[in-house]
Amino acid sequence: MTFKPFEDGNPFEASGAISSVDRRAFLKIGLVVTGVFAGGTVVSAVSAAEKIFPRGSFPEKYPYKPHYCMVIRVDRCIGCRRCVDACVAANAVADYGWRTLVLEREEKAAIGQPREFIPILCNQCNNPPCVRACPVRATYKDRKNGIVMMDDKKCIGCKICIAACPYDARYYNEEKGAIDKCDFCFESRLSRGEKSTACSVHCPADVRIFGDLSDPRDRVYHLIHQLQKPVWVLKKESGARPNVFYMKG
Amino acid sequence: MKNSPLLDSLKAAGGRIVSGGPIYLSGVSLFALLFIAGSVTGIYSVYFEGSRHAYGTSREIPLAMLISTYTFFVVASTGLCLVSSIGHIFGVRAFQPIAKRAVLLSVITILSGFLVIGLELENPFRLAIYLFTSPNFSSNIWWMGTLYACEVVLLIIEFIFLMLDRHRVSAVVGFFGILFGVAAISNLGGVFAMLNGREFWYGPYLPIFFIASAVMMGCGAIIFFTVLAHRIRGAALEGQVARSLAAVGKLLMLMLAVVLFFTIWRMVSLTAGGTEKLMVLDALVRGPYAFNFWALEIGLGIALPLLLLLGSRGRRIGIMFLSVTLMILGAFFARLQMVVVGQIVPLYWDLGVSEYSRLHTYAPTWQEALVVLAGVGFCGAAFLLGEKIFANFDEAEASAEVKIGKVDGDEP
Repeated sequence: MTFKPFEDGNPFEASGAISSVDRRAFLKIGLVVTGVFAGGTVVSAVSAAEKIFPRGSFPEKYPYKPHYCMVIRVDRCIGCRRCVDACVAANAVADYGWRTLVLEREEKAAIGQPREFIPILCNQCNNPPCVRACPVRATYKDRKNGIVMMDDKKCIGCKICIAACPYDARYYNEEKGAIDKCDFCFESRLSRGEKSTACSVHCPADVRIFGDLSDPRDRVYHLIHQLQKPVWVLKKESGARPNVFYMKG
Repeated sequence: MKNSPLLDSLKAAGGRIVSGGPIYLSGVSLFALLFIAGSVTGIYSVYFEGSRHAYGTSREIPLAMLISTYTFFVVASTGLCLVSSIGHIFGVRAFQPIAKRAVLLSVITILSGFLVIGLELENPFRLAIYLFTSPNFSSNIWWMGTLYACEVVLLIIEFIFLMLDRHRVSAVVGFFGILFGVAAISNLGGVFAMLNGREFWYGPYLPIFFIASAVMMGCGAIIFFTVLAHRIRGAALEGQVARSLAAVGKLLMLMLAVVLFFTIWRMVSLTAGGTEKLMVLDALVRGPYAFNFWALEIGLGIALPLLLLLGSRGRRIGIMFLSVTLMILGAFFARLQMVVVGQIVPLYWDLGVSEYSRLHTYAPTWQEALVVLAGVGFCGAAFLLGEKIFANFDEAEASAEVKIGKVDGDEP
């Protein structure tokens, strides 16, 4: 689907204040945050949306069916890194590379928990910079499920996609002779009938929730379409419109 | 059996090479050796040892010295093409005597660039297939590769017609050559400039800067190689050619000033560009890249050449030669600098996580250095051989009768 940010008139005219009618209209959209738009910082997708997103920037429906995405409940992560191990085992990740990591932030002055863990992986962006940069379409956005895939036989190994990715999600795998990256376990699991990713299944704290954002019955749909808890994405400013969401709780 | 004219001319060219004298032959051998050693090293590195082990690139800094060297060569190639066009396409008489050599050097430098990038890509053979069968029209690399492939063909045709003294055909082909060249070089800028996730590169600066930089490199390269060519031939640099070099020198001074201006504003703009750009600025001005920036990029590459050129007044060839030699060296490091510092800020630095809390570093390996020397070797050897094979550069220079718009076949 086409992203039309200015479909609904000039957003700048309305940037000063958003009327209650607009606000209701916005809520009516049902917070169609399509993978794309939760705020870039720790702000509620709802409360922040009127500040962050111009009117008309919300697509009417989800671009993919299923629209795979992941919600990471970041405060629940205990840093056990079983997700990383499960990923390596499921996808034969090389020992010199990674598809997912758990980053660690130390806040010595914090009361209570002095550490925070932040899992990262390919964000399966709706507007993937890697796909735009690849000269031979060796990496592409799957038209059905939106996963950013690799066609290994085409990869020339120029590594521009590594440089293009705002999420550091790619590395060159010399055994494959191609770039390797997270594909939401499509090759190793989803295509074989499994319903979730290895990292999600092996997480003991239920941090990583994988699902279909286009299905109102799906858990991720409920997590994204609620108004109480803040939802955000990493590096919103890159314009990549990621499909990995972060929240607390 | 009667020899064909082609065979005769090849024999004559071979004779000229062999009788080039010990210094000339040592030069050819040295450059050929560098070419072979570097190529073998590159092939071994990519296909046997693995670039992960042999090259200094990493997941964090995937584009480094070999990409920057490729950029260095192709920027020079487009520059040579542009500078040659001033004379033999746009009719500025002062630039006409350098045209033939400039076009040949444009071909040589672009091929040197292809050689280096060929030894950097993990699977260059796939490129030959999928560039055509699976093109991505939104990719700058696709456009750059395609446009350069077209340009090199056009340059070769342009050169052949120039050597046959069919200047109108050559000029028409050359005109398309520069169109493709400028489009290609701006796309090379776009390869970096369209990566929204890399703040130092992102924006319209690089494609435009590369064009200005190309003209600068073209001027420098033509002075450098013309002086060397006359030394090889044992001919004095005087008359039309000397006047031509003086004109090129003036253009070079202008372009050095333009590039300096670009660089100053790039640095000034970094001060107001947010934390990531400030980190890059700090690394360049007083951090780990300060020597490269101040001494090599600015001092060696711009300031000193500009001062020397001013001092030479376009007449003192020795000083001009020194000036452009420094400029070319400085430009090499400037390209490396531009490529590397665009990647030194860790992508998740703003999360404050320990894994992304330090600037990334890059140091070239000896294998990478040898691959760079393969490009230098190819360029040097091809230039030296070209000077002997195409013996009528001198005749063209002596007469400088490049007649613009002359009807093909009218030549005596």
